[in-house]
Amino acid sequence: MNFDFSDEAKELGEQARKLLAEKAGTGPARKAMADGAPAMDAGLWKEISELGWTAARVPEAHGGLGLSVEEVAQLAEAAGGSLATVPLVSTLLATEALVLAGTEAQQAKWLPGIASGEVIATVAWSEPGAVNPANVKTVAKGGALSGVKQPVADLPVAHVAIVAAAGADGPQLYIVDLKGADTATVETVDLVRRHGKLTLNNTPAEALGDAGDYQDWLDRAAIILAYEAIGTAQAAMAMSVDYAKTRVAFGQKIGRYQSVKHKCADMYIKLELARAHALHGVAMIGTNGAELRQAAAAARVASLDALAFCAEENVQLHGGIGFTWESDCQFYYRRNRALVAALGPRGWWADRLVRALEQRNRAAA
Amino acid sequence: MDFNDTPQEAEYRATVRAWLEDNASEYRDPPAESWKLPEFIARSKAWQAKKHAAGYTGITWPKMFGGQGLTPMHSIIYGQEEGRWHVPQGLYSIGLGMCIPTVFTHGNPEVIQRYVPKALLGEEVWCQLFSEPAAGSDLAGIRTKAVKDGDEWVIDGQKVWTSFAHASDFGIVVCRTDPNMPKHKGLTMFIVNMKAPGVTVKGIKQMSGGSDFNEVFFDGVRVQDSHRLGEVGNGWKVALTTLMHERLAVGGKPRYAPGYETLMKLAKGVEAPDGSPAIGASDVRQKIAQTYINDQGIKLTQMRALSALSKGQVPGPEQSISKVVVAKTMQDLASFALDLSGGDGFVAGSDADPELAKLQGSYLGSAGLRIAGGTDEILRNIIAERVLGLPGDMRPDKDTPFNQAVPV
Ligand SMILES: Cc1cc2nc3c(=O)[nH]c(=O)nc-3n(C[C@H](O)[C@H](O)[C@H](O)COP(=O)(O)OP(=O)(O)OC[C@H]3O[C@@H](n4cnc5c(N)ncnc54)[C@H](O)[C@@H]3O)c2cc1C
Repeated sequence: MNFDFSDEAKELGEQARKLLAEKAGTGPARKAMADGAPAMDAGLWKEISELGWTAARVPEAHGGLGLSVEEVAQLAEAAGGSLATVPLVSTLLATEALVLAGTEAQQAKWLPGIASGEVIATVAWSEPGAVNPANVKTVAKGGALSGVKQPVADLPVAHVAIVAAAGADGPQLYIVDLKGADTATVETVDLVRRHGKLTLNNTPAEALGDAGDYQDWLDRAAIILAYEAIGTAQAAMAMSVDYAKTRVAFGQKIGRYQSVKHKCADMYIKLELARAHALHGVAMIGTNGAELRQAAAAARVASLDALAFCAEENVQLHGGIGFTWESDCQFYYRRNRALVAALGPRGWWADRLVRALEQRNRAAA
Repeated sequence: MDFNDTPQEAEYRATVRAWLEDNASEYRDPPAESWKLPEFIARSKAWQAKKHAAGYTGITWPKMFGGQGLTPMHSIIYGQEEGRWHVPQGLYSIGLGMCIPTVFTHGNPEVIQRYVPKALLGEEVWCQLFSEPAAGSDLAGIRTKAVKDGDEWVIDGQKVWTSFAHASDFGIVVCRTDPNMPKHKGLTMFIVNMKAPGVTVKGIKQMSGGSDFNEVFFDGVRVQDSHRLGEVGNGWKVALTTLMHERLAVGGKPRYAPGYETLMKLAKGVEAPDGSPAIGASDVRQKIAQTYINDQGIKLTQMRALSALSKGQVPGPEQSISKVVVAKTMQDLASFALDLSGGDGFVAGSDADPELAKLQGSYLGSAGLRIAGGTDEILRNIIAERVLGLPGDMRPDKDTPFNQAVPV
């Protein structure tokens, strides 16, 4: 048994964390929040594309590096920790769909551009009134889609969207070229990451795989997003721990008070559980393991639990200063909402986990 | 990444599995009635001896101490395979899991030679004599004293909550040897013969109804200086060796404790408030998910630690999360499941449904697990201080000579 990232993947993660710590972080995030700020950090995007981050998962035949999902997980965690205003995770999620379910022609059309960084991709399942990815109302008919997708992360800067819509056998993915598409910016609780609204009105679209592929992609997306959430939660915890070591009240560091200390311990516990399940998910993708569905759902739920707890208690632990506009606490607090919205709520995923366990038990019986 | 056994691991697993098939057949099913103490001890000893002869004891211990010199992975594989059988277990977990590693880390060669092999063979049972009425979490506050007399020490005082003292032949006992020193500095560890004159063991009945732990009184008990573990005054450090092993030994979920599957099965047979099967109710499904996430998360965390270990890294205090999560999850699950089953979950004894009786056992037992081997609160302190580097609690008596500490 070897239940750990490869050294190469860890190295890439280390490189990514270092670069993003230098170039991104809460300072740039604050600038991105200002009115009229650009929707992404184009300079940083160029740099990370040149470093091959967007090419990581793209097969070599299509101009990529052909790396494993381990590298993708490391990049997502680094992105989550840095709040970097680049559409990296959106592009990674879309890439995963193309790699998983794309035909040779679809891959040849989109992946080289993604690998080089020229093409920015995103995924769109959410709709007004929809609360979970199994329930989409956008319809596919005769090679075109109709419906409204929002909020869609990074839509304002994306060139292509992988869209979930109701097909003949249930929801499945479609590729929509955004050139000439009807897109608009939507405001969200997260003031750093741009989101958009995509109005589909008999808009041409190509089916990407089938309904089964959509379910498989959801598993993979859950794991990649779990790593992003873990990165963000870890950053919030680090902020709390630092503050607990310096802030003084009643003549001592607040970190000496157990209600503070035990909060931090609980952050750590929740993060470790999330890491364990997320790594299980990565291992299941890598080995085509039978426990992928349950691992993915558990990773999703555990990572959302960790993020919600770390983000909320981080504000609490800072007291009044934590509630100010100037404090960095708000970034993690708001990003928590973005990452829930990114793939549907905890409750739906917890139920999906139980369904996976039931299925496994039936199979074993 | 690879979840499968390596070829070597697979081979070891196959050997273990075949050996268990040949040797554990009488333990295929759980005993119809739980064993009374003498039968439990006799069965434990016989099983340990069988394992020992086959090379399945002390799997990770150095060969020079009678162990197999294999990796923690081997030990886990053995545990996984043995876990499919209902063999007697628990009698040796404190002795072999904590006491003996302390003996071979700090004892002199003759003592090691005398005690380690017999302990491994299962002939002699050991207990851990640390907690006292006035010192549990605050272990360094113990009062049992040892006074030097020639090349012997004389021990007087009282220990409490000593698991399996009534079945033990020897114990490791931490004593105060210098009350003029601050509390952590005046301690010394000894091996004590539980059958020696002056040792009295009195059983304590637990909340759960069983009597696994005891009070132990020491009245002028004599111990040879050669049975000292570590230097005089170094008992705190020696105790930390034991406690480090304790974290590894009592980390996981007890083998027979109900998990999410139990709730899943139960919920098919009981009604939700609206009269439909409870398995469809959202709160039930959320609880199943949470239980899986916690229990399986700990298993996976241990596998992460194991992988780190096999690459030469040392598992750190990170392991402290294990018992905090597992014990509380056990309690929450049992409480929820018993709630769900209404009056049936309340009826006990011979009138109870066996599955529900197990949950009742888990409900009662988990309350003890949250305390034994470091309480939830102490373990959170350890995580916060040793893993995250937060400052220690206020410890006003830390530097005061023990005999001058002001009573509060
Ligand atoms: C089933 C069982 C088996 C046991 N077996 C053994 C054994 O074999 N050998 C042995 O030596 N001991 C054994 N123990 C004893 C066990 O180690 C102690 O009970 C435990 O360490 C707690 O100590 P205490 O009982 O004195 O409680 P206390 O330390 O008095 O704790 C009371 C409460 O105060 C809290 N508390 C104490 N200090 C702090 C702090 N600094 N911060 C926050 N909260 C605090 C505790 O968490 C707890 O909630 C066993 C206990 C149980 C339940």
